Amino acid sequence: MDSKGGGGTEAQKFVWEGAIPLQIHLHDSEVTTLPNPSPALILAPRLGYLPLLVSQIKPFFSNSLPPGVDTVWFEYKGLPLKWYIPTGVLFDLLCAEAERPWNLTVHFRGYPGNFLTPCEDEDSVKWSFINALKEAAYIITGNCKNIMSMSQSDQADLWHSVLNGNMEAYLRVSSKLKLGTIGDDYSLKLNFTSNTCFGHYEGSDLGGFSSGRIPVRLYIRSINEDINDLEDAPTVDSWDKISYINRPVEIQGEGQCFTLYDAVKALLPELFADKHLLTDNVSKEEAEDGQQSEEVSSSRSPEEVGESLTKHAGSSLDTAEIKVIRIQGIEPKVEIPFGWVVNNLMNPEHYLHICAYIKVVEPIII
Amino acid sequence: MVSNPAMINISSWDGTLSAAEFYVASCAFSELWKKFNLALPQWSWIPSSKRPGIPFNHVEGYLSMENVILPSFEQEDYHEEDLMEKEEHSCSNVDEFIDDAILVQNYCHEVNYYDFHIVYSTSYRVPVLYFRAYRNDGQTLLLDKIEKDIPPNSAKLLTNSKWTFITQEEHPQLNRPWYTLHPCGTTDWMKLLLTNEASVGQDGVASEKYLVSWFSVVGQVFGLKIPFEMLGNIGTL
Repeated sequence: MDSKGGGGTEAQKFVWEGAIPLQIHLHDSEVTTLPNPSPALILAPRLGYLPLLVSQIKPFFSNSLPPGVDTVWFEYKGLPLKWYIPTGVLFDLLCAEAERPWNLTVHFRGYPGNFLTPCEDEDSVKWSFINALKEAAYIITGNCKNIMSMSQSDQADLWHSVLNGNMEAYLRVSSKLKLGTIGDDYSLKLNFTSNTCFGHYEGSDLGGFSSGRIPVRLYIRSINEDINDLEDAPTVDSWDKISYINRPVEIQGEGQCFTLYDAVKALLPELFADKHLLTDNVSKEEAEDGQQSEEVSSSRSPEEVGESLTKHAGSSLDTAEIKVIRIQGIEPKVEIPFGWVVNNLMNPEHYLHICAYIKVVEPIII
Repeated sequence: MVSNPAMINISSWDGTLSAAEFYVASCAFSELWKKFNLALPQWSWIPSSKRPGIPFNHVEGYLSMENVILPSFEQEDYHEEDLMEKEEHSCSNVDEFIDDAILVQNYCHEVNYYDFHIVYSTSYRVPVLYFRAYRNDGQTLLLDKIEKDIPPNSAKLLTNSKWTFITQEEHPQLNRPWYTLHPCGTTDWMKLLLTNEASVGQDGVASEKYLVSWFSVVGQVFGLKIPFEMLGNIGTL
């Protein structure tokens, strides 16, 4: 991993350049011409939001649409997509097995107001982004002042850098916010140093996060069945099947290494209560499972990611087991310092979005 | 953070409360509400059950008060003469509806119902009010209709700073769009409120006081006023 500087790290570039190829189909009910319009093929930035693509998509379908006012929404296999969740996160969460291109359906009518908050235009997305940034700033610094006092031009620059996927521009503006993140040269007193954990992971410093609270959004997909291959996971047909935890992670421990695993454990204490950590005494069973998940992950992601570990949350009386942790499309080793993960893989609104697939065994009630 | 969830040290207080303090405050708040028997439904604690396969913690949850009819604000804001004047200018078929003895919401409108949820925000570390409004037949109402039910001052605030006052967000527990009062700034006015309390004890303020004080401000948006006695009544439960 290269050193950080004004230009951002290698990992950050990777994240900012990340995109999902989409194949977008107009919903049948809105096709009024023959032949059916061809699907739109669009490259969607991971860090962006689906409604921002409408201007690119509409030309493909405008001739086919029935008369009326546009109220655009997207859907994947029947599930209306929450437009305020970054595109990359939606993909990582809903496509257990990466689907390229990702086939989505677009609607221009019949907005499901019962399920989705309204999204009228680019402004709606911008305000949602700013609100998330405010919330993150509050978590990190204890107040929203630095966001509220942003000049109009800075706010515009920040938003445009996200719109255009311009990392350099983003780093320039966001460094003014002093949220202690990417590109920062200074570090306050640390609870740990990267050198004690992984010496080669530069940029693990979370020194700027003086309050010790890190904004994290965790999306959990529970899989009730015993499946070996994630691609067999049942489709998500309702957002009730996803557990969404919007809760800051508090950095614990002095001079110890706080890892990604520690962070997930802090967010899901019930899963780890009274359970054993993955220790040196790796049982035969665990070793085999580790092998399995390694195979699955290498067939799934074309990027170099290293093996992902399946963490057993404890004994054989488990009710839950984490199968996959996915961030920005990769499955990081859970021993990686959490600071590195945050600094390199967070989204522009300063939230780290984590997708987790958890196998749940429903307890038998006698 | 305080070690004893019951007490908040006022001198160093930043206006926030912990999840444990929120639970304590919620219990106290709903008890007081019941005691004062206001002409409004009761608050109930709904434990959160968000995580499949993971046993839920009873202290994680939110307060809910549903099917509320907002009090008419005209009664309190105008003198009697003004009220008479207002009546003359109302709908032409007003005669059928005037009855001095009965509080009617607004002669021209049918009654709307409100659900209020007080949810703890782990990000802001304060309670956040979520609400929705609906008609008799259950149909959800949008902001433009809600504006007609709330006191004129609130409506003005609403239109002037729409994005910072009321926003529409997904309810954190229910996966549906609800309206919410934005929590940014809560800590500022909570600090003012509670540090000015004459009855602050040596150890600080009981966290039980938090929600009552908080609601005394937030409820006013909807014309829901807490009787003064209720504010002074903490500790006598």
